[in-house]
Amino acid sequence: MEKKIRILIAKAGLDGHDRGAKVVAQALRDAGMEVIYTGLHQTVDQILNTAIQEDVDVIGLSIMSGAHLPICDKLMKKMKEKHIEDIIVVVGGVIPKRDIPLLQQMGIKGIFPGGTPFEESIKWIKENVKSKS
Amino acid sequence: MGVARYIKNEKDEILEVILESGIRVKPVYTNKDLEDIGFDPEKDLALPGEYPFTRGIHPLGYRSREWTTRQYTGFGTPKETNERFKLMISHGQTGLNVAFDLPTQMGLDSDDPLAEGEVGRVGMAVDSIRDFEIAFEGIPLDRIGVGLTINAVASIILAMFQATAEKFGYKKDRISATPQNDILKEMIGRGAWIFPVKPSVRLIGDVIEYCMKELPRTNPVSVCGYHIRESGCTPAQEIAYAFQIANTYIEEVLNRGYQIDDFVRGFTFNLNVFGNLWEQVAKFRAARKLWAINLKERYGAKDKRSLFLRGIFGGGGYGMTKAQPENNIIRGAYYALAAALGGAQTTALCSFDEAYTIPTPRAALLSLRTFQILMEEIGLRDTVDPLAGSYFIETLTKQMEEKIVEEMKKIDEIGGMIKAVETGYVQREVARQAYEFEMGIQKGELIKVGVNKYTEGEEMEVELHEYRWESAEEQIKRLKEIRRQRDNRKVAELLKNLEKAARKGENVMPYLLECCKGYATVGEMTKVFKEVYGEFKEPNIF
Repeated sequence: MEKKIRILIAKAGLDGHDRGAKVVAQALRDAGMEVIYTGLHQTVDQILNTAIQEDVDVIGLSIMSGAHLPICDKLMKKMKEKHIEDIIVVVGGVIPKRDIPLLQQMGIKGIFPGGTPFEESIKWIKENVKSKS
Repeated sequence: MGVARYIKNEKDEILEVILESGIRVKPVYTNKDLEDIGFDPEKDLALPGEYPFTRGIHPLGYRSREWTTRQYTGFGTPKETNERFKLMISHGQTGLNVAFDLPTQMGLDSDDPLAEGEVGRVGMAVDSIRDFEIAFEGIPLDRIGVGLTINAVASIILAMFQATAEKFGYKKDRISATPQNDILKEMIGRGAWIFPVKPSVRLIGDVIEYCMKELPRTNPVSVCGYHIRESGCTPAQEIAYAFQIANTYIEEVLNRGYQIDDFVRGFTFNLNVFGNLWEQVAKFRAARKLWAINLKERYGAKDKRSLFLRGIFGGGGYGMTKAQPENNIIRGAYYALAAALGGAQTTALCSFDEAYTIPTPRAALLSLRTFQILMEEIGLRDTVDPLAGSYFIETLTKQMEEKIVEEMKKIDEIGGMIKAVETGYVQREVARQAYEFEMGIQKGELIKVGVNKYTEGEEMEVELHEYRWESAEEQIKRLKEIRRQRDNRKVAELLKNLEKAARKGENVMPYLLECCKGYATVGEMTKVFKEVYGEFKEPNIF
């Protein structure tokens, strides 16, 4: 049997709007992935520690407050420090178009603004996890 | 996004309409439907201003008084917010609704490491009373009612507001504030919680008790079905959960030895309006009636004013879409219409650009103009409760009532809202429905224009509100100045007194007021509460 993809759905920072995160978590689980949800108000360090402990393939960040750039920047830098760059990072939430290239420059490839069909993000995650292993 | 489910045949004729609350709409309604459902015009309707207030709490509705408009406003520094307040007032807005940034909502000072990148982003940053002195400078606080959208630290922010108003020379019995002060809905839907459930409810009780004695024109709590609806529940659940949350706060105060009529007049509600027009109108009408019955039968309220469901009906955030944002201007107009037909006393509307950004001045003004057009041009002030007596609306109002009662019973069976939140029952229910809704949209079973139907057309560029890092720096600079200039020994003493009061279970409000006057910060006061009460742990709902 194929190993199940393990994904951490994380709510970084102070924003408490978690409808999107919880909806995506349910969709990924129904797509056969093992989903771990951090709960709210997580610091970048807390998220990375959970990711390491849970040995996840993917971290999915959900950010609605507009603070995606500073949060992602910090997360990507700390991942380098901790040598866990092999974990794939994807971001969803309120992400303006103009910020997509900036997030890509940080090394984030999977960017799924609100309204992205589940099919699309699930396919992307499956393909990208597969090509890593 | 809130739409009914339509089942059609291959000729595109509608076979079934199923509203979000689970009610099936018939193609035609007649007098027989009213008979079948046991509609009694005396008991179910009465006149506007008469029990059970289905038709409104005022005998003359909008004839005697137009609604209050209170757009949600606040960003950056207190000075920037003050300018926007003045702009909205100069354009005819009649109340304020203050947005606070996330660090303030979470009880963190602007220089807290956890606040980095968030200071002034989604609302105004507040650290000390100095910030309020700037934000409310030149605002006639004896005439303009102020909504304070704050929950976990509502006690602190209300104390700060009182201290500011008094400093400006307004008497405390003249100011009219509405702190949101509803923590249970934060635990269900919005996420700005700090302390565990029970001490959080205790703090809410402190605010209610304090307002009853000291701030007679202040509404101590605005119970929010709004955010639970945003998170995914049905319109019937929105009302049922809001009422059960309100009942929890009522019982907290009753347990302190007060009578229901002493304090419940100050309760207000914040209810959402998006989705099917008829379901929304029926929801508000049913809600007014059930609230009056709830107060009278469950708690034995006698004073007529205790039975009024007052509040702000508006917003409609989740009905708005990111796709084709200009469509939201039109949606907003219909939502405002539904609020007016439902008899809203106060209203606000999400701006068309809110899926992208906090509102630009242009977008905020458009929302205000929407209300003004409805009241001045369209005829909504002409007569009270214009849809009353309609076969359909009266049937639907009764059906909504039944659905709401059913959902309230489920919470009673669990043992009340505190238990329902601690065990994650409501959160699970809400998340499940949000997922079902999203699946319905993605599969095309539910329709949203511009999202999964009529998606053609040019994409509109939305002007984004720019986050100014300089505002955060300015805020932190002012905070540091305050900490340097104030009498720090005095502050330490005031915080110690606060801690003692919290530990003893005394009402903390008078102590908070002293702390605020002494320029203690939101972060410092919150820290005291965290030490005494601890912090909330979310139940695992997956």
